[in-house]
Amino acid sequence: MIPPRDITLLVNGREYSVQVEPRKTLADTIREDCGLTGTHLGCEHGVCGACTILIDGSPVRSCLLFAVQCQGTAIETVEGLATDGVLHPLQEAFWEHHGLQCGFCTPGFLMLAKGALDEDPSLTRDELREVLSSNLCRCTGYQNILIAVEAAAARMRP
Amino acid sequence: MSTRTGRKVGTPQGVVGTSPLRPDGIPKLQGRFEYAQDLAAEGMLWAATVRSPHARARIASIDIAPALAIGGVHACLTADDVPGRATFGLEHPDQPVLAAQEARFWGEPVAVVAAEDLDTARRAAAAIEVGYEPLEALTDPEEANRRDEVFRRMRIRRGDQSVRGAVVVEGEYEVGMQDQAPLGTEAGLAVPDGQGGVDLYATSQYVHVDQEQVVASLGLRPDQVRSHPTGIGGAFGAREDVNLHIHLCMLALHTGRPVKMVYRRSESFTGHVHRHPAWLRYRHEADRDGRLVRVEASVVLDGGAYASTTSAVLANACYFAVGPYTCDSVAVDGVGVRTNNPPCGAMRGFGAVQVCFGYESQMDRLAHALEMDPLTLREINALETGHPLATTGQVIQTPLPTVEVIKSLQAMPLPEAGPSDLPTELPGGSGLTSEPQHVTRGVGYALGIKNLGFSEGSDDYAQARVRITDSGAVVETAAIEVGQGLVTVLAQIARSALGISHVEVAHVDTSKIDSAGSTSASRQTQVSGGATLEAAQRLRERILGQFDGDVLDDEGVWRGDTLVTPWTALAAGDWEETVTFRHPPTTMTDDNGQGVAHADFAVAGHRAVVDVDVELGLVKVLRVDTAQDVGLALNPQSVRGQIEGGILQGVGLAVMEELVMGEGVILNPTFTDYLLPTILDAPEVEALLIEQEGSWGPYGAKGVGEPPTISSTAAVAAAIRAASGREIERVPVRPQDIALP
Repeated sequence: MIPPRDITLLVNGREYSVQVEPRKTLADTIREDCGLTGTHLGCEHGVCGACTILIDGSPVRSCLLFAVQCQGTAIETVEGLATDGVLHPLQEAFWEHHGLQCGFCTPGFLMLAKGALDEDPSLTRDELREVLSSNLCRCTGYQNILIAVEAAAARMRP
Repeated sequence: MSTRTGRKVGTPQGVVGTSPLRPDGIPKLQGRFEYAQDLAAEGMLWAATVRSPHARARIASIDIAPALAIGGVHACLTADDVPGRATFGLEHPDQPVLAAQEARFWGEPVAVVAAEDLDTARRAAAAIEVGYEPLEALTDPEEANRRDEVFRRMRIRRGDQSVRGAVVVEGEYEVGMQDQAPLGTEAGLAVPDGQGGVDLYATSQYVHVDQEQVVASLGLRPDQVRSHPTGIGGAFGAREDVNLHIHLCMLALHTGRPVKMVYRRSESFTGHVHRHPAWLRYRHEADRDGRLVRVEASVVLDGGAYASTTSAVLANACYFAVGPYTCDSVAVDGVGVRTNNPPCGAMRGFGAVQVCFGYESQMDRLAHALEMDPLTLREINALETGHPLATTGQVIQTPLPTVEVIKSLQAMPLPEAGPSDLPTELPGGSGLTSEPQHVTRGVGYALGIKNLGFSEGSDDYAQARVRITDSGAVVETAAIEVGQGLVTVLAQIARSALGISHVEVAHVDTSKIDSAGSTSASRQTQVSGGATLEAAQRLRERILGQFDGDVLDDEGVWRGDTLVTPWTALAAGDWEETVTFRHPPTTMTDDNGQGVAHADFAVAGHRAVVDVDVELGLVKVLRVDTAQDVGLALNPQSVRGQIEGGILQGVGLAVMEELVMGEGVILNPTFTDYLLPTILDAPEVEALLIEQEGSWGPYGAKGVGEPPTISSTAAVAAAIRAASGREIERVPVRPQDIALP
């Protein structure tokens, strides 16, 4: 076993100094060492997207990264989405449009959509469907997720 | 008593018929909602499970010494360590808590370990040396049937068995093994109470039945085990049976420490039951006008190694083997066989899904033979209120708008012709393999019927408590929220009945309230909703009676336009009402399968539109539109959410979702290999809710969770048949079934 390393992660603007084995995934580190359990694990191998977070603004699957790879990056998780208790437009839209049921996939979809819309808030419906096809939801049939993301995109446009 | 005059007449907010936002929405959207995966306790150990790598093997020896020698390992438990009943089971306790002399399916738990951390627990599990002697596995259901390895046989005979029709169609159909694949795997935490008892927080659809099974296998008194509802990432039937519950409690009591376990995805695929694969044989006979005069069906379900709910699933499959159609001469024979395949049990639709693919394929065949429009044939034979169910003879007492479902489907506009030129919209998606000129379009219809609530004489009840609080009222229940929105709808019912706006739902553990039964069989809105309604109504009447008032609202009790009891005074009292609700009684059927087996029914229909590249065997499901009998939609947004999600699971079974078995081994237990529909696989859905008064559910509501999954599969299969000209006798439809029939 390779000995643990001391690393510092910047998550939602806050520094977390943690000691992790080099093989520990970012998802496990965020959940266990940073105590941020809003990032969920559905498949543990990069298919379902429930663990999607943002690294330097881009959506990534945190189960496919090692924590030690992520020093010096800006990590955003679902816990950082609302600011001062005010919901992000995506969170508001998911709530209003019933874009969640069990909610297990929701943090991943929120972070996926945030990354995509921050980069290009003018994405069309067809482009959004392609973006959202990288994550799995088992409850909703996706209809309301798409409606919610479209509604949020309209609110997020400058 | 303070009084005030000048009442403002107002309607409470968030009542039935509206769609208030889910109260658990904010924590779920902020990542603060606590799922079973997220639970933690001071001094907690982690657990792991040792599973059989054989479909069938004699267990000659188990050596736990190598595992115990690893630092940080606190317990390695085997069958010898089960303190009470060695077996568990939802209907029949036939499944070992831990396999003893013989392992009977691939992935069966043999030992469990607890250690300081997860890595150590997994290393310890791998270090346990189990001496297996592989035995010949029985994996062929027909062979199991020949050997009389069965959980249940069903025989239904109704009417004159000699009746014959002028037009006859026969068919054999097969349904693959589907997985519920809830996005959250099985997880839980058991905490010893220091006095020999234990508190369990684990993924569940039915905490009281978990508690009963833990009590039995741990040899404890019922009051020593408390099972707590906890946050879960979907269910769809996968969480009715015990899996890690007894193991966690054993480990917690053995070590005296809280113990947590989370299944990995690959483990989840073996850790819960699946939808039964089915083999169906049908013979439909009709007169020349299209009236069904005789239906014969044979149903074989593979129950796998242990009973789970196979006998109830088989009963459902047989009772609904004719579908929502009348027929006065019926013979159905069914068997649920025991094999060394993975145990199968509850999944959304519960037996009604498999036979629907069979009988609807037959109805299309019959329409073709009669040269008749398929919906016209269905309308001629539609089962409605007042008719006897073709199989059991039970006369339908509640509204069953089958004809309206058919007419609604007929009236829905079809999408524009021709495949889209968007690559993602073509069969095969953005792989760019299909070309528009090779794509043909097909439209298919299917109807389905399902019982609501538990059947065959089950004492099916739910308890709920409504209590006045400082801010309004709380509904206390042990009914599980799986994501469907029970937490929203129970509050709506209480608001409507009490006449107030502020109602919350609190999930309480098994020691604080009696059972709500399972969150399954589309039943909680009707049954826990019924208990909530009655409790709230009684509470309101008692309060009004006590203060001689005529109106209760958010401010308190009013007499005329005088506030005689403000809310603060009401909240200072001890106002609560607890109700146990039972739906109309049912009975076990007789030797011919005749009787009043069901409490209520719902019917739905689906129209699927697909594009198919026949040469490549690829399918794109464009639309699945539906009309569904909902009684009254208490929360239209949630009802549509159930419909859209349920349809996609039906589409999954139609074209992609199958656990592929090889000699009892699941060959694809990952999300890479077990394909779930993404948004690009999801059809657009237009849902028409058909509302009719008369069901016994609160305000006439019917359960809505399962009907979307029942006939959507058959509709997609019918559409593929129409587009491709292939027979399509099996779901999921694989590329080779279309391209290389």
